[in-house]
Amino acid sequence: MATDTLHHEGSVVHHEHHDATGTKLFGFWVYLMSDLVIFGSLFATYAVLMKGTAGGPTAAEIFELPFVLVETFLLLFSSFTFGMGVLAMNAERLGQVKAWLGITFLLGAAFVGMEIYEFQHLIHEGYGPDKSAFLSSFFTLVGTHGLHVTFGLIWILVMLIQLSTKGLNDMTRSRILCLSLFWHFLDIVWICVFSFVYLMGVL
Amino acid sequence: MSHSPTNPTNHHGSVKSYVTGLVLSLILTIIPFGVVMSGTLSTLATVIVVAVTAVLQILVQLVMFMHMNTKADEGWNVMSFVFTLTILVLVVGGSLWIMQHLHLNMMIG
Repeated sequence: MATDTLHHEGSVVHHEHHDATGTKLFGFWVYLMSDLVIFGSLFATYAVLMKGTAGGPTAAEIFELPFVLVETFLLLFSSFTFGMGVLAMNAERLGQVKAWLGITFLLGAAFVGMEIYEFQHLIHEGYGPDKSAFLSSFFTLVGTHGLHVTFGLIWILVMLIQLSTKGLNDMTRSRILCLSLFWHFLDIVWICVFSFVYLMGVL
Repeated sequence: MSHSPTNPTNHHGSVKSYVTGLVLSLILTIIPFGVVMSGTLSTLATVIVVAVTAVLQILVQLVMFMHMNTKADEGWNVMSFVFTLTILVLVVGGSLWIMQHLHLNMMIG
């Protein structure tokens, strides 16, 4: 504590604010780790059931990789634009933070839109989650990720409203930092979906 | 302001680190995609390429986007991550191992 205040040349009050933010971020990190276990068990379920097509289509027959690559790029770029938003926040530029969050929202919404289109297309073809164990586990895994992204989008909207009404303060700052961790985390989970479900699925 | 990069919890990278992360992620996405689409490599080699590039990209994003490092919070971030990885290996690896055996036994029986 004493050495910390020396290093930061700030007051004790400031130090306590940083500590609160740090604790919140670590707590949120622990939540993300528990979420990772949920996704891990869904990946394990998918890996066990992926050969159980029950006379329905196989992964290679229904996956359209170029379509999924576009989804991957949308999420990757949204992760980057959120990072730019955090940098703008550190530089105290409220307008830029809102703009970057807005761009992130649009990219994320486009991703969710493409995923809904893919699901709707599969169900329309008669390849819904009720068709086979493979499709049940596929819809559960990818759908759970899509649901997370959807909640992330709602959170971004809430933060945009709070930034307009409250501006940048310690509370909105730590919330945006938590949201940034959440958003980057979802991109990392998607890398696993893209690699182990889609790419390896067509082999 | 007080949000200087000297404080580990407020150290959130630079434009350079985010651009580096983005470019590396793009490359590590396009390589496995190209390998799978072209189908030039054997199945085993393709699986290895996809798995290795995925793990590399996860590491890139953990460091460049999520700023995971051993200095922040006295390494508790990394510690909890490694613990979670252990759980994941048990859950995913264990499930596949058991179900594989079950499958083989069913085939014989």
